[in-house]
Amino acid sequence: MTKVTMNVNGRSRSGEVEGRTLLVQFLRETLSLTGTHVGCDTSQCGACVVQVDGQAVKSCTMLALEADGAEVTTIEGMANADGSLGVIQQAFQDYHGLQCGFCTPGMVMSAKALLAENPAPSEEEVREYLEGNICRCTGYHNIVKAIMAASGQQVEPVAAE
Amino acid sequence: MPKDGGIGASTKRREDVRFLTGTGRYTDDINLPGQAYVHFVRSDVAHGRIRSIDPSTAEGMPGVLKVFTSKDFEAAGGIPCGWQITSRDGSVMQEPKHPILAEGVVRHVGDPIAAIVADSHDQARDAAEALEIDIEELPAVMNMRDALKDGATQVHDTLDGNLCFDWGFVEENCEAVDKAISEAAHVTTLELVNNRLIANPMEPRVAIGAYDMAADSHTLYTTSQNPHVIRLLMGAFVLNIPEHKLRVVAPDVGGGFGSKIYHYAEEAFCTYAAKVLRRPVKWTSSRSEAFMSDAHGRDHVTKIELALDAEHNFTALRTQTHANMGAYLSTFAPAVPTWLHGTLMAGNYKTPLVYVNVKAVFTNTVPVDAYRGAGRPEATFQLERVVDKAARELGIDPAELRRKNFITEFPYATPVAVEYDTGDYNATLDKVLEISDWAGFDARLEESRAQGKLRGIGLAHYIEACGIAPSNLVGQLGARAGLFESATVRVNATGGITVMTGSHSHGQGHATTFAQVVADMIGIDASQVEISHGDTANTPMGMGTYGSRSIAVGGSAMVKATEKIIAKARKIAAHMLEASADDIELKDGAFTVAGTDKSLNWGDVTLAAYVPHNYPLDEIEPGLEETAFYDPANFTFPSGAYVCEVEIDPETGKVEVQGFAAADDFGNVINPMIVEGQVQGGLAQGIGQALLEACAYDADGQLLSASYMDYAMPRAYDFPMFKVDSSCQTPCTHNPLGVKGCGEAGAIGSPPAVVNAVIDALHRAGHKIPHIDMPMTPNRVWSAIYGGAGPDKDGETMEERSVGA
Repeated sequence: MTKVTMNVNGRSRSGEVEGRTLLVQFLRETLSLTGTHVGCDTSQCGACVVQVDGQAVKSCTMLALEADGAEVTTIEGMANADGSLGVIQQAFQDYHGLQCGFCTPGMVMSAKALLAENPAPSEEEVREYLEGNICRCTGYHNIVKAIMAASGQQVEPVAAE
Repeated sequence: MPKDGGIGASTKRREDVRFLTGTGRYTDDINLPGQAYVHFVRSDVAHGRIRSIDPSTAEGMPGVLKVFTSKDFEAAGGIPCGWQITSRDGSVMQEPKHPILAEGVVRHVGDPIAAIVADSHDQARDAAEALEIDIEELPAVMNMRDALKDGATQVHDTLDGNLCFDWGFVEENCEAVDKAISEAAHVTTLELVNNRLIANPMEPRVAIGAYDMAADSHTLYTTSQNPHVIRLLMGAFVLNIPEHKLRVVAPDVGGGFGSKIYHYAEEAFCTYAAKVLRRPVKWTSSRSEAFMSDAHGRDHVTKIELALDAEHNFTALRTQTHANMGAYLSTFAPAVPTWLHGTLMAGNYKTPLVYVNVKAVFTNTVPVDAYRGAGRPEATFQLERVVDKAARELGIDPAELRRKNFITEFPYATPVAVEYDTGDYNATLDKVLEISDWAGFDARLEESRAQGKLRGIGLAHYIEACGIAPSNLVGQLGARAGLFESATVRVNATGGITVMTGSHSHGQGHATTFAQVVADMIGIDASQVEISHGDTANTPMGMGTYGSRSIAVGGSAMVKATEKIIAKARKIAAHMLEASADDIELKDGAFTVAGTDKSLNWGDVTLAAYVPHNYPLDEIEPGLEETAFYDPANFTFPSGAYVCEVEIDPETGKVEVQGFAAADDFGNVINPMIVEGQVQGGLAQGIGQALLEACAYDADGQLLSASYMDYAMPRAYDFPMFKVDSSCQTPCTHNPLGVKGCGEAGAIGSPPAVVNAVIDALHRAGHKIPHIDMPMTPNRVWSAIYGGAGPDKDGETMEERSVGA
């Protein structure tokens, strides 16, 4: 077992890990940050996306040891300081961009990374960017809308009737 | 305009906040003190005899507590099947035992052989590598037609062949249908495959068993759509635990789509092992395990014949289907190709004679059960494909052929034993033609042609039976359970309400919509109403969520319980206001004596119920809590019309969905935003089935599509923005909310619309191809256009790829 220390959501956190312990296991099992999910074992589904030193990373593809000393942001660190939903989170609620909620943390974290590099993505750019995030509930329709709305672009309201 | 937060309002979902902040509580997020972890050792062959299992090395590995095999479950029952089908000859279906761990024979890749429990999951997994299992591989039977041949390998040597049942419906129609088809002016015939799929909710299954020795009671945390059903099945049939000693909790569940209805062996294992080991036992499925242990869906092979007279009226319909059951009977499996399929074969049409034959077959594959739509997509697909083919053969507009044959008068008793209460199929057709801009297709066709692309447009209708189901009827049809739903409405002293429902939400947003209904009935703010579900310890016995039944059946139970609350509250208010209960009006959360300004607020009355100082104690009890069980009088019948528009690249055969429009009739709608979301999600699954998804086995029974590298899950770039409309509303006549259910529609109506569009595109380009089986991969489309092997030269035909063909 080896000790790792990383800054997670603004707090220094340490723990003992095996060499094979994945970052997602460290977050979920050692730190009890269970917002980051595991939906597959081949790094396709994207439910485990977090930010490591500002980059979107699938935390199932990274060993906890590799994140030693890193700055990590998870879904638990995405709300505003007063506890209210951040802009992306609020857009997901406003545009019904989630149903069962299981893929949602990864979607929000990927959306954060997308908007950091492309502040006003087109619909096509959003859809392409989400290649690594699978949702089985929403048909992606409202996820795409939520991300575009979070970027400040006009989208159709929900349930237009 | 709907009231804010009431029925008809697109209220934002209250459950979103916890999901968006990482504070949801899914089963895998639960860890109990002292818990151990189980790893299942599963068969890597499709069929084999277990010669020996030597656990000695594995048992000596670090952290290992015990290696379980079938010997540990000799006192347990098998995993039960919840529905018994009777064959045409009057015999009941063949029903093999489905053990928790394989008893001497493995029957599909993934069949659990042994289970290793250790202090950590990694230790259990490491020990699995050291478990010595000697298996004699036997020939596997993968193909349904082969399975029914004389001398075929038997999946179960205790049974007579591999035929589970041979079902005819309606048997009395059989001869008349044959005669009508033989005498018809035109008969259109189509053979097709409804491809095997895997539900793939994003949350893999998890089970945690716990045992309280002092109380001799068990708790199971599980990823279930229906915790009460699991408690009953597992307690009564598998482990012999009475319900009062067994609590089943299904907390936040990350999608289900049918695959989390069933009672699975892993649930029984964890519950049992926790007692043996006196420690909680947790199992978390990997995705790879999910592919070979979650029940699969669909897998039908069908021949359908539609007879028409000279005026193009449908005169008869005959279908013959082989339905794959897999190696064992899952909980609802026999009901899917029969009562959930045959009863829908009339579709939206007044075809007077219909006959459905289904042969259910055992193969060495994962058990097949209901997947979003369950039987109804299979019925809709074949019917809407054959109607489209008939229109093409006869040179008639496909919309007009449908219109000519639509049922237009309701109630309508079909020749397949159900009665549609309401519907307006012309209305949804008109709406979908409008929102899809059907009339503007030619201009878009020209644009595609200018780009060197093919373009097509396809229409499909659907009808489904939801609101499952009248218990006395399904009992006659072989169901071994009732299909009512329940709700307890608990009003607290200060007026807030907790509703405990037997329905279960795993993405549908019940916490929001159910609160809208109760709040609307009383006239209080929805924030005053909390919904509780998913725990057998604090909800009345209910049958759970599947078959688009929650608002129609669960919602009705909640309405009935709330009506009882209101009736009692009026009596209390009448006493306090010194008036007759008949004169008390409830509006906007206030009780008023009609025609006066004498009034009490909701909270005044609820407080009186618990502080009964000025109270009619001689007439009514204190307190304000009511329970209702609602058993529906009939199914509900949502219907709709879908249009898909595709573009095909003739160089590669790749199909791109350019537009998809859905016009649904769900009756009354509680929350339009949530209903839209349900349809959009269903469309994605249906389009996924049509273009991408296939569960594939090789001839030896190896599962080829066993990860997200191999099973084509739809991605965001596979879809355009959908046009979804639910403004055509013919309310259900037999439930109090007039609702029909919306969860499955998208997945039912979309596959035929996509295939019809692809076939249309090919015909417009001069390729007279009658049908392409799903999924319509670039290879299949390219091969259909040019013949022979596709550009990837794999040379496999549809029949070779399909499990069922």
